[in-house]
Amino acid sequence: MWRLQLEVRHLEQRAHDLFLQNLIKGTSHLAVGQEAIAAGCATAMRPGDYTFCTYRGHAHTLVRGASMTGMLGELMGKECGMLQGKGGSMHLTDVEKGAMGSYAIIGAHLPIATGAAWAAQYNKTGAVSFCFFGDGTTNIGAFHEALNFAVIWKLPVVFVCENNLYMEYTPIGEVTAVEHPAADRAGAYGLESIIVDGNDADAVYRVARAAVDKAVAGDGPSLIEAKTYRHYGHSRADPATYRPDEEVEEWMAKDPIPMYRSRLLEFGVPEKVVGDIEKSVLKAVDDATEEAKASPVPRDELAHTDVWADGGSAWRN
Amino acid sequence: MAELTYREAVADAIAQEMERDDKVVFLGEDIAKAGGVFKTTVGLYDKFGPDRVRDTPISEQAILGAAMGAAMTGLRPIAEIMFSDFFAVCWDIVVNQIAKTRYMTGGQVTMPLVIRSANGGGVRFGAQHSQSIENWAMMIPGLKVIAPSTPADVKGLLAASIRDPDPVIFFEQKSLYGDKGEIPDGEHVDELGTARVVRDGTDAVIYALAAMVPRSIKAAERLEADLGIRVSVVDVRSLVPLDTRTLFSEFRKSGRAFTVEENPRLCGWGAEISSLITEECFWDMDLPVTRITTPHIPLASADNLEDQMIPSVDRIFETVRAGLD
Repeated sequence: MWRLQLEVRHLEQRAHDLFLQNLIKGTSHLAVGQEAIAAGCATAMRPGDYTFCTYRGHAHTLVRGASMTGMLGELMGKECGMLQGKGGSMHLTDVEKGAMGSYAIIGAHLPIATGAAWAAQYNKTGAVSFCFFGDGTTNIGAFHEALNFAVIWKLPVVFVCENNLYMEYTPIGEVTAVEHPAADRAGAYGLESIIVDGNDADAVYRVARAAVDKAVAGDGPSLIEAKTYRHYGHSRADPATYRPDEEVEEWMAKDPIPMYRSRLLEFGVPEKVVGDIEKSVLKAVDDATEEAKASPVPRDELAHTDVWADGGSAWRN
Repeated sequence: MAELTYREAVADAIAQEMERDDKVVFLGEDIAKAGGVFKTTVGLYDKFGPDRVRDTPISEQAILGAAMGAAMTGLRPIAEIMFSDFFAVCWDIVVNQIAKTRYMTGGQVTMPLVIRSANGGGVRFGAQHSQSIENWAMMIPGLKVIAPSTPADVKGLLAASIRDPDPVIFFEQKSLYGDKGEIPDGEHVDELGTARVVRDGTDAVIYALAAMVPRSIKAAERLEADLGIRVSVVDVRSLVPLDTRTLFSEFRKSGRAFTVEENPRLCGWGAEISSLITEECFWDMDLPVTRITTPHIPLASADNLEDQMIPSVDRIFETVRAGLD
């Protein structure tokens, strides 16, 4: 989990740097500060389980084992990009690894993750569908439709709300009827109210593991609310000046990375081992950056492929 | 040849495909135990059981999202949206998710699903339960769009839609549900992307869809009987893919075309056909393409008001007569 969290932290920082160099265009929603949720859940997941996430999805895609080069290449609009330059930052997907897509319309992927869980139930594959979303999602209709649907069909899906306290620029508390936007709604769907420290990867792992066990046992969905904080603004365009300094300081002190490092050292993991993992992650990020930079841009003809299953885009004969 | 109604052909097609492939599953509101509010799915629940034919809550986003997630992971779902007007509450899933995800992921997923829906007017339901929305779907890259006019086409095109590896929006015209027609015996599967010439003629061509097909045929028959004008009728059947070969070859016989569309005027499918003819058959044109549509107003519910809006046999007859005069 140490490695996974570092991979996310350093890849996101690199994405940020590449933006500043104008090597990445468009927008990007970084998960710096929220690494523990991705790492904890991914560790509880098994090969064959599904991940559905949002436009803040670099972390969740990477921790399933997606290639850093494929991700950075996609962000940079290169042919080595995991989506051939057709999706960009907000749609990272690696189906082979179980990363079933990053969805950029709030709430949409909750029903979709539910559908993947339905297929798993129908085919008796034992797979569990994980669905990650932000606190803002709890106020859109699809959230409520999907929860009700998943409960009545007893589907193997784990809904994980990453509550980073802000929907985009507005504090979630100002626009939500209850204090805990996900957990306080769980009871409406007959679900247990679960709140976890989203900056503690071990704590996240434990609740995620319990949710997987419940799903595999045929006991239906879970809804987890993981409290966390993003270090950057909502997106590339947002310097996050709306957040009070004291709040930012308080949460920076709860940064999951130094916290996990201290825990490893406390548990007697040698400092060299901890440091070597970080060095190897940094090298992997450096290598992926160079590979992505060296990749050509996508061939022009790729713009016209893969609308249809036959590989083409024809709408007439 | 068995005679079935348009409504019975729906269940017949679904049953044929569910028997053939156990990955075909079916979900929607009131479709299982109740057999559908239009009784289009009677018998499927009893035949295939609760795992494959499933009632859902009134949650259109959940219905289509579930269909999409299941399609991405190995099933071939059929989802029902009870009235096509309700697409407005789940349009994100259709347009942003189902239509685009294959493309945006560089082809990593396929999306073999069908969304069936009762479309169109003529039954006095008012403006929120009577719209013809095929043009909403037609303008979105990544969706196939089908609208049959006969029971045989319901069966053959629905079966083909279920077997198709891409998402298909399948519009059933609700005023046709009681129409009877012969259906070929045994397995019947048609081909998407094919229009059909349903009446021959050399003086002009009418392009029509769904409920406008039988009306256009009647108008053409009257034009020939009363005035000796011989008009061919093409049932467009498939808006995406569009069978431009058949549309154009029929046009070139006369150089005169009319479209008969149930949708309101602006951006109807006939506008696209008109544009294509102008661009690609310009030197064969004898007259401008004339569009016969519902006016650009919401549909009213009273008998006389709705009837004057949707193109009628009289209006088609009169418009074609005046156009060729």
